[in-house]
Amino acid sequence: MITVHNFTKTYTGNTVLTIDHLEIQKGNSFGLVGNNGAGKTTLFSAVLDLIKPTTGHIENNGIKVSESEEWKSVTSAFIDETFLIGYLTAEEYFYFIGELRGQNKADVNGLLSRFEDFFHGEVLGQKKYLRDLSKGNQKKVGIIAALIGNPEVIVLDEPFANLDPTTQIRLKKILKELSANPEVTVMISSHDLMHVTEVCERIVVLDKGEVVKDLTTSAATLKELEEHFNK
Amino acid sequence: MFKHFIILQWKSFWRSASLTSGLFMKLFMGFWALWLAFISAIGGVAIFKLLKDTLHLDPLETINRFLIYWWVADLLFRYALQKMPIINIKPLLLLPFNKRKIVSFAFGKTVFSFFNIVHAFFFIPFSIALIRYEYPVQNVLLWNIGLIALIYSNNFLNIILNKKDNLIFVVGGILALFGGLQYFGYFDITIYTAYFFQGLYKAWYLSLIPVFICILLLLRSFRSFVKDLYLDAGLAIKSKSVKTENLDWLNRFGKTATFLKNDIKLIKRNKRARSTVLVSILFLFYGLLFFTGAIETYEGPVWRIFAAIFVTGGFLLSFGQFVPSWDSAYYPLMMSQNIRYKEYLSSKWWLMVIATLISTVLASGYLYFGWEVYLAIVVAAIYNIGVNSHVVLWAGAYVKTPIDLTSNKKAFGDKQAFNTKTLLLSLPKMVLPMLLYAIGHYVYSPYAGYALVTVAGIAGFAFKDVVFNKIEGIYRKEKYKTLWAYKQKR
Repeated sequence: MITVHNFTKTYTGNTVLTIDHLEIQKGNSFGLVGNNGAGKTTLFSAVLDLIKPTTGHIENNGIKVSESEEWKSVTSAFIDETFLIGYLTAEEYFYFIGELRGQNKADVNGLLSRFEDFFHGEVLGQKKYLRDLSKGNQKKVGIIAALIGNPEVIVLDEPFANLDPTTQIRLKKILKELSANPEVTVMISSHDLMHVTEVCERIVVLDKGEVVKDLTTSAATLKELEEHFNK
Repeated sequence: MFKHFIILQWKSFWRSASLTSGLFMKLFMGFWALWLAFISAIGGVAIFKLLKDTLHLDPLETINRFLIYWWVADLLFRYALQKMPIINIKPLLLLPFNKRKIVSFAFGKTVFSFFNIVHAFFFIPFSIALIRYEYPVQNVLLWNIGLIALIYSNNFLNIILNKKDNLIFVVGGILALFGGLQYFGYFDITIYTAYFFQGLYKAWYLSLIPVFICILLLLRSFRSFVKDLYLDAGLAIKSKSVKTENLDWLNRFGKTATFLKNDIKLIKRNKRARSTVLVSILFLFYGLLFFTGAIETYEGPVWRIFAAIFVTGGFLLSFGQFVPSWDSAYYPLMMSQNIRYKEYLSSKWWLMVIATLISTVLASGYLYFGWEVYLAIVVAAIYNIGVNSHVVLWAGAYVKTPIDLTSNKKAFGDKQAFNTKTLLLSLPKMVLPMLLYAIGHYVYSPYAGYALVTVAGIAGFAFKDVVFNKIEGIYRKEKYKTLWAYKQKR
């Protein structure tokens, strides 16, 4: 589904990410781990065509992301709060995203009703603009908005950060359900090795802009990751 | 201690991401500031001469009559334009700085503000002229001390007023009321206030009053500033209860409605965006300067078009300038959605067109000055819709200044209601219609002038798609740069 070809990204002489080849299969759930500055967000931004690769290119569903915009209708993402519109209420935001993705209000409401326990009564009907919600609740809004319109590729940057324990457990359930769907490719990054091994079928470790490990998740993966980061 | 603050300011200026455009703008603004200062200086002497030699009035007494309006207008101007003394306060709170030091520095900066200095350019030449005509030196000095104290009272009053959202409308309302009463000859407040200003000159103890008031306001604003340096007081983010809005009636605009609904919420819910509406209302009255013949130099027929463009285009000019910057806070979202740029642009275009039409209807009050005046306004409206709406969107595509919509929510954030840049950059859009009109007017007749401008406006429609495609091209080409620029917080 996602293919990275000879990718490098350089900022003023500093190469921050080099990936010769990386292919993520359709229906896969893909996890990215690495310390700060390893290049996780850079990779995700490049997948979404928000930054321009210095060399190489990325294909989404066979389409070069920087050349056509066809991939946008099947791809959704939540990277950070710049994906939220601060002056809208949560409902208005969901409907807006819905309209952009060809979903009417009933569709959106149907989807939202499935995630009521995830919102924990703190998001819908709050009489607050998104900018006035707490970081955790903003994250909930962003994650669920990324599920609107049956996307085939879902990119979530650190979805577990800022969430309370209950919500983290519920999010894991949601992500597992998504990865069980053979039509949906999920890409997440996380600093929490436990979460990522639980949710992802495949885990790639980035270190200083390079792929240093590419693992298919098994019972031994968590230990292996812990050892890697304990060096 | 102050050394640290000054170094911080210095670095924040030179290291800001938008330095290049910032520097250019600063030079540009600097030029206008100098020009304004120069004009004021000339004005100081010229008005003295005019009053004394031509009108045979006592210059000092006459000026004193109008000083009350000068003072209130100065306050209104400051409220709209003067930036609040901001230095990034939050990170400083935990450092071993004395809070009073932080505030003193912030206040010290305002003392040297252009808004305070500019008055000197008028009053110093005027005072020198007074002294040359043998008004006693010490009295003229006393008068000046009083005025300086009043200017600085405004400076600190503005800081207090800025924290309260509605007080300024009361001030503006009172000004309008007394102005109206005087104009229609019911009650002339200047007779009474002139005594006071004359008193500043005559009696030394009277000039102590403004000085006293100034110190009082300084202490008051200083204290409230210091007291509010808490995360849950002055630095707190107030949130009020809001409700979800449908705006489904806009769906008749088809695909554009998605964005139109959002843009209307953008304007309704963000002070920074709301102020564009305020600007357009203010500009409605701008024509009064020209059409009443209040200012002699503006009597030329070409100025009519100039005024009319502003009267109908206040919103268009101040809002369109910052498309797509209005959406800068969530630009990555927009760029990762499957957005038709044309729909996005036409939403903004419709907003500007609707605002221009409303302004044109509201401007029908100008019929009072004759239907020819209103004709100029209608012609200018056509030109605004046909040409300027495209030009501002086009120019806006190159503007990469991120707009912090929420800034108004921080008590010490950027309170500036609208940008001086907006006003200055809109000047070129005036020149073309004025030229066209002038050609028609002087070659044939005024109506030929109007016709030329109208034709240009209608012809502009034909280029709508061309311009939109061009803008779309710019958006695509500059996408990564724009994303990067918007990421840099000012």
